[in-house]
Amino acid sequence: MEWLTITIDGREVSVPKGTTVLDACRMNNIPIPTLCHAPELTSAGACRLCVVQIEGMRNLPPSCVTQAAQGMKVETQNPKVRNARKTILELLVANHPLDCMTCQKMGDCSLAEYAYEYGVTGEIYQGEKRNLPIDNGNPFILRDPNKCITCGKCIKACSEIQGKSILDFSFRGFDTQVGPAFNLPYNESDCDFCGSCVSVCPVGALVEKQMVGKGRPWEVSKVQTTCPFCGVGCNFDLNVKDGKVIGVTSNPNAPVNGKALCVKGRFGMDMIYSENRVTTPLIRKDGVLVPADWDEALDLIATKLGEIKKTYGPNSIAALSSAHCTNEENYLMQKFMRAVIGTNNIDHCART
Amino acid sequence: MAENQRILVCAGTGCASSGALPIIDILKEEIKRQGLEGTVSVVGTGCQGFCEKGPTLVIEPQHILYTRVTAEDVAEIVAQDIIKGERVERLLLLDQETQKPVSLLSDIRFFAKQHRIVLQNCGVIDPKKIEDYTARDGYQGIQKALKEMSPEEVLEEVKKSGLRGRGGAGFPTGMKWGFCRQTPSDKKYIICNADEGDPGAFMDRSVLEGDPHSVIEGMLIGAYAIGADEGYVYCRAEYPLAIKHLEIAIKQAQEAGYLGDNILGSGFNFHLKVFAGAGAFVCGEETALMASIEGKRGMPRVRPPFPAVSGLWGKPTNINNVETWSNIPHILRNGAEWYGQFGTEKSKGTKIFALTGKVNNTGLVEVPMGTTLREIIFDIGGGIQNGKAFKAVQIGGPSGGCLPESMLDLAVDYDTLTQAGAMVGSGGLVIMDETTCMVDIARYFLNFSKKESCGKCTPCREGTTRMYEILDRITKGEGKEEDLDTLENLALTIKETSLCGLGQFAPSPILATLKYFRHEYEAHIRDHKCPAHNCTALLSYTIDVEKCKMCSLCAKNCPVNCITGDKKTNTPYVINEDACIKCGTCLEKCKFGAVSRA
Amino acid sequence: MAGLATSFGSGAMTNSINEIPDTKVMFVIGSNATEAHPVIGTKMKQALAKGAKLIVVDPRYIDLAERSDVWLRLRPGTDIALINGIMNIIIANGWEDRAFIEARTEGYEKVKETVQKYTPEVVSQVTGVPVEQLIEAARIYATAETAQIFYTLGITEHTCGTDNVMSLANLAMLTGNIGKESSGVNPMRGQNNVQGACDMGALPDVYPGYQKVANPEVQAKFEAAWGVPLDPNPGFMIPDMFEAAVSKDLRALYVLGEDPVITDADANHVRKGLKALDFLVVQEIFLSETAKLADVVLPGASYAEKTGTFSNTERRVQMVNQAIKPIGNAKTDGEIICELATRMGYPFEYQSSEEVMQEIAKLTPIFAGITHQRLGTQGLQWPVPHAEHPGTKFLHEGKFNRGLGQFVAIDNQLPAELPDEKYPFLLSTGRKLSHYNVFTQHSPSLENYSPEELAEINPSDAKRLKLQEGEVVQVSSRRGELKTKVKITERVPVGMLFMTLHYFDSPTNVLTNGALDKVTKTYEYKVCGVQISKLS
Repeated sequence: MEWLTITIDGREVSVPKGTTVLDACRMNNIPIPTLCHAPELTSAGACRLCVVQIEGMRNLPPSCVTQAAQGMKVETQNPKVRNARKTILELLVANHPLDCMTCQKMGDCSLAEYAYEYGVTGEIYQGEKRNLPIDNGNPFILRDPNKCITCGKCIKACSEIQGKSILDFSFRGFDTQVGPAFNLPYNESDCDFCGSCVSVCPVGALVEKQMVGKGRPWEVSKVQTTCPFCGVGCNFDLNVKDGKVIGVTSNPNAPVNGKALCVKGRFGMDMIYSENRVTTPLIRKDGVLVPADWDEALDLIATKLGEIKKTYGPNSIAALSSAHCTNEENYLMQKFMRAVIGTNNIDHCART
Repeated sequence: MAENQRILVCAGTGCASSGALPIIDILKEEIKRQGLEGTVSVVGTGCQGFCEKGPTLVIEPQHILYTRVTAEDVAEIVAQDIIKGERVERLLLLDQETQKPVSLLSDIRFFAKQHRIVLQNCGVIDPKKIEDYTARDGYQGIQKALKEMSPEEVLEEVKKSGLRGRGGAGFPTGMKWGFCRQTPSDKKYIICNADEGDPGAFMDRSVLEGDPHSVIEGMLIGAYAIGADEGYVYCRAEYPLAIKHLEIAIKQAQEAGYLGDNILGSGFNFHLKVFAGAGAFVCGEETALMASIEGKRGMPRVRPPFPAVSGLWGKPTNINNVETWSNIPHILRNGAEWYGQFGTEKSKGTKIFALTGKVNNTGLVEVPMGTTLREIIFDIGGGIQNGKAFKAVQIGGPSGGCLPESMLDLAVDYDTLTQAGAMVGSGGLVIMDETTCMVDIARYFLNFSKKESCGKCTPCREGTTRMYEILDRITKGEGKEEDLDTLENLALTIKETSLCGLGQFAPSPILATLKYFRHEYEAHIRDHKCPAHNCTALLSYTIDVEKCKMCSLCAKNCPVNCITGDKKTNTPYVINEDACIKCGTCLEKCKFGAVSRA
Repeated sequence: MAGLATSFGSGAMTNSINEIPDTKVMFVIGSNATEAHPVIGTKMKQALAKGAKLIVVDPRYIDLAERSDVWLRLRPGTDIALINGIMNIIIANGWEDRAFIEARTEGYEKVKETVQKYTPEVVSQVTGVPVEQLIEAARIYATAETAQIFYTLGITEHTCGTDNVMSLANLAMLTGNIGKESSGVNPMRGQNNVQGACDMGALPDVYPGYQKVANPEVQAKFEAAWGVPLDPNPGFMIPDMFEAAVSKDLRALYVLGEDPVITDADANHVRKGLKALDFLVVQEIFLSETAKLADVVLPGASYAEKTGTFSNTERRVQMVNQAIKPIGNAKTDGEIICELATRMGYPFEYQSSEEVMQEIAKLTPIFAGITHQRLGTQGLQWPVPHAEHPGTKFLHEGKFNRGLGQFVAIDNQLPAELPDEKYPFLLSTGRKLSHYNVFTQHSPSLENYSPEELAEINPSDAKRLKLQEGEVVQVSSRRGELKTKVKITERVPVGMLFMTLHYFDSPTNVLTNGALDKVTKTYEYKVCGVQISKLS
């Protein structure tokens, strides 16, 4: 691999050829703000927040789409660069609701984070603000176009991750909006509700509806786990607050799926708290299933299976194991049947 | 009566809208009625350039120009000029200085100082006839290229000519071709950018309407040099006549063997299609243009990769505009050295400007690079209308800048204009006089830019609207002292951080007017006055009691009844400023000059 | 499973999911990936965006068919004829990979002879697919740089399912599209841990890691490890269990996390079997239809409430990490089994699921190098033969697991039950994107989004039966009847009714046929005859 030497803020660093200036900075722990950049998507170079100054280059190039070149001299924090970023942030904030207190994204909002860092007040540009209807017509995604900063990441996620291209820009200039064709709400579009758009939105324009009001990022712990639905084996993070799962978020390091999920994986977790859950052992008495305690239930089973085995032999007992349970549980089940009961009468539903 | 006369009637979009088309039919009938069919032919041509005086017609071979011709004039022209050989004086142009009629093209100042290379066929040939084009050495350039030159030699010739892109930025054409040629690929495209969108600019339309084969020939030569076999002309749908003429020309060129496979037996293939764009200004930006051809939303993307590496459908692509392509046949036909004699050291050849605004002779003018603004505006343009004073000229459309009187002797080329804070751009020249408010002009151009912003990058999408809002406030007298700093900072940030040229140059009208006309901004903000008496909200009307004859005409005509007074009671007429809508009716109506505006 | 095991020596997906975006040709047969395996569907779409070609074989105009280069709308149950026909074309055109066949396979000559009679014209007649499309599909697949076959239950849920699978294996071996990156034969497993349940020996004939119960060495190894004598005879497969229950050969059944009343074909027959039992235990998280028949119901825990591992369709063993405590009085399924074993006199004294995995690794060669710690956040793809092994991305590189790849000559076979005068519609079943099997109806948001069955019927059939969009109809087969709403759509061909298996209120499997594949005893869910009648 060919390596290049470039100077960033007076510091010489080496990066592999083909690295962007942004990646070169991030590899060396030099912070650069970005809104439209995501490692798993192609770069649009649209938000312009990642601009830097490069010796010999006209204007302030965006680092996310500028390739590092041998001997390049980059400045990432000089007053000119910081002023440009601040101005861009002022422009975004001027056209953004300032309801951060009640916004679901509070604490996880890139715009708020950078606005704070750059001392943006939102007062310099007083003028027109968008006032568009909120799309609340589906059970999964809450879309507030007034919070959209038109970074376009959701559009790329829809086309590049999900291969659907439901979302695109519409209208022009200041009136530019992002959404399904013909301004339809999500549920009237051809949307799969995979939620990839939500997973990349840097602000509160797209949020998981189930999680609204359920917890702030700093109150939530994330537990990586494997999806319980189909055989693809996607991983994601269960978001847990006060011992309760409040939602699912993508984990970009998931080995199979990255940030991609489907509607079930991302939004079907409310199944855990279904009213139909059995939460205590039940025993049939006089033809009716009634609650029992564990000792009673397990003793009854142990006794009954023991009797049947004794009377009719171990092969009169069989078990269906489960394609939903863990490997360890399946192992225990087959070991139970083979070693404890003494039969190979074990199978599970979907052997195909 | 002279033998074999041709009557060239301008049928360009400008003259056509002034009523030129019926004139052609009536002329033909009249010629027929007079039995002159064998000796006099009537030709509908492309734009002759003198749009201000249209409809125009030229009688050849004498080079006699008639202006503002109407259908009623036809019989007289035929009877008097064609048959008797005498001029119809009332239809001749008056020289602006001597006020005497001039009949010969060569005597007319508007034409005399021009040097027409690209426009040499416009207004002279019938654009719908390939034989008219070939009769004037058309397709000689491509023949020479195919028969005598290798692609590399063609490329060298274009490089040597010093031709620079006429679309605005002035990038050396030969070098651009070279990049595309160098990229290895099984397929390459060339594109003619005919998405002319600057307010006031119409030279590309005129060339396509008046001399479409020159564009086709230019593209053929380019395709040969670059190694492309397919091309598109991306033309805005608002140019129906240009599209029509181009399509006729393409069909004729195909039939004549200039387009298609194995052109002129050389083994070189080239296919050309017309693509009608939907009229978004940003689609003049080459990456947005290609997205539009691909059927996507016309939005620019970041470069690199440049189109020469990855363009249309991901293939190497070379894009030049109409005027650039149209220069090529002349370079090939006459050689790079011939071409190099026109223009300045670094900007070779001629440039077409669209002269509009408060100038006497609006129209298309083609001058060698290096001609001064003064020559263009005063000698060719005939100076300012109604004897008013020149104030500024906006060069390069919404992306260009306003230059003041002190810059009039600037020799126009790419580099001098850029240094002065404007740009050649597409070549629009909008002339402003003392009644033009420079803040309002900046506001006007910003309104254009904000509406045409594609919305992709933050600074342009949000910033053009904020700049517009500030300017709008200033013209309404609601400006604040800090607005100028805010505006300047915002303008510089947008210039330095926007994704494409539209955004990068959108602040130019502001930066240039702030540079040369800052005092006008200050007058609006500090004194709440518009020095040009243009900004309605800042005007105030008063009645001078001394001059007022109490005729009551002002009060009777005031649409909001805000003028009161009474002759009988000797109550002087006064304007209630709070109710006044500043329409200026009272000023117009007063016969005694008693109403004044400040 | 059994089919691929015969041909290649291993029944699992040969390649990895993340090889999909780089594959050049995808041959998708009997698999509605964008709905049944959505994220694999997205990977396929990513491959298309990079210029891959797509061949789709499906009677329905599924999303992938819409994006395909060739869509072969075959008649249900004619897969073998179609594959044989494609092989016929490949051989006729000399597109086969002779070097691969020579070096890596056996039994080719027999297959060559068998497919001879499957000329394009004959196959076109049998399958209903035009000859040109067969040729185009053959050309695209055979001449690809890399090509992967994907199939799911549309191939296996037939009485000839195993033969279908072996036909696909034949096709892959014929063209050498196997045993390398982005080339192979990929059965996509349905449920989250079907692969794991198989891997762990929840099968009547094998111990964990596909070690045969009938193999004395294996038996000895497990007897030594578990300290008890073990039965060398394979046990009952599922359909046998219900038969045995009726005949009283089976007296007790312990059902862990399954709902056979809803999910197994010919549900009324299943119900009959369960009712005949002396004792039925159901361990579940919901009060399922099966649980409602139980003598004892034990509350298990959901995936969020326990730690362990799942094996996904590409053999990747991944961690399931406990996020919350079991709801209410529920316990994790592993804990319940351990307590029961202990109460029955064989103490299962595991402190954690990690300890269980240690025992699995010790006894299972393909899991030998797996520990919870090693799985971490990225998992490992078996075989993982030792503690330093990085896992196996794709199978059969250079050599098949069984040595030489086995060509098996196969002839076309008809489904067990085809539409007739009394039951004129062909019922086919499958999944839809918004649900998974029978338990996603317990998710309020998914239930709200997609609350009911919408059986797909072709517009011309709907017109003939005078049905309106969304109208409720009665559907009946020889085995049962149900009511469902209809959705009128060109997605299904004339004469077909398509239903999912997700809804309690329209329990599709009361209709389906309990006929079985002769090897795997998989039900023929994909084809049976039904009658549709208007209610009003």
